[in-house]
Amino acid sequence: MATAPRWDDLVEGEELPPLVKPALTTQQLVMFAGASYDFYQIHYDKDFAQANGLQNVIAHGLLKMAFLGQFITDWIGPNGMVRKLGCQYRGMDYPGDVITVRGTIVRKYEANGERLVDLDIWTENQRGEKTTPGRATVALAD
Amino acid sequence: MTESLLTDEARAMIGVTSEPGVHRVDRSQIRLFAEAIGDPNPLYVDEEYARTTRWGGIIAPPTFVYNLKPGAFPEIPLKTTRLLNGGDEFEYFGVVRPDDVIVVIAKWTDLYERTGRLGQMVFTIWETTYTNQHGKLVAKHKATRIRY
Repeated sequence: MATAPRWDDLVEGEELPPLVKPALTTQQLVMFAGASYDFYQIHYDKDFAQANGLQNVIAHGLLKMAFLGQFITDWIGPNGMVRKLGCQYRGMDYPGDVITVRGTIVRKYEANGERLVDLDIWTENQRGEKTTPGRATVALAD
Repeated sequence: MTESLLTDEARAMIGVTSEPGVHRVDRSQIRLFAEAIGDPNPLYVDEEYARTTRWGGIIAPPTFVYNLKPGAFPEIPLKTTRLLNGGDEFEYFGVVRPDDVIVVIAKWTDLYERTGRLGQMVFTIWETTYTNQHGKLVAKHKATRIRY
């Protein structure tokens, strides 16, 4: 893992190092269904998904949100803390899609004795679709 | 004019809370979750490593709490058949560790109707609190789900 970010070095507007996830697989969606107790069939049963108007099974929203979580925890390191994490689901991601998580620094400030950073974060697939835009607030360790 | 999907019966659900769901967090459940999301961070699986961090031991990834479900939570009665996830928001006040006992309570907080690409849709909002065995509120969650 990379070195934790230093507060003094952070610049508002700066882009964070992207996280490129391996291509989504149906197997991963099945694993996530089991790990998260979300057994809605649109995530692993293609016939069911197509009968519901989808072209294929789709990734769980919470899986993509977990990718956002991985992106920010990778960046802050083990001694930082996520204070807020939120996102919207604006589009579908399917098996075979390669998700890249990106983000930028919106603001850095101190509050309640913590050094906080607000981030704009989002997932992007290989079609360039930003399917999961979100925001986060993290507390840095240093 | 199209009839509204929002009946008085549906609106009456705002403010209704769930039974508490009580969960002892299992180390292997955290490991399975980390593997499922493809996150190799040793903080979630390697006790020896995790002891060297500020947490002093393994913790769960941020969105893990969503796997801990509330107790019986009555569904909002709607004449819809399909469901999409609109969005999620978490706020954290602490961390979740293996063997923690987390009490999970959900509450319906809002309901509104929109017409869009999918036709008539109802946005349903609930908020959940996660409190550990020390009585500490560790996280809050707000979910937006779209029924259509």
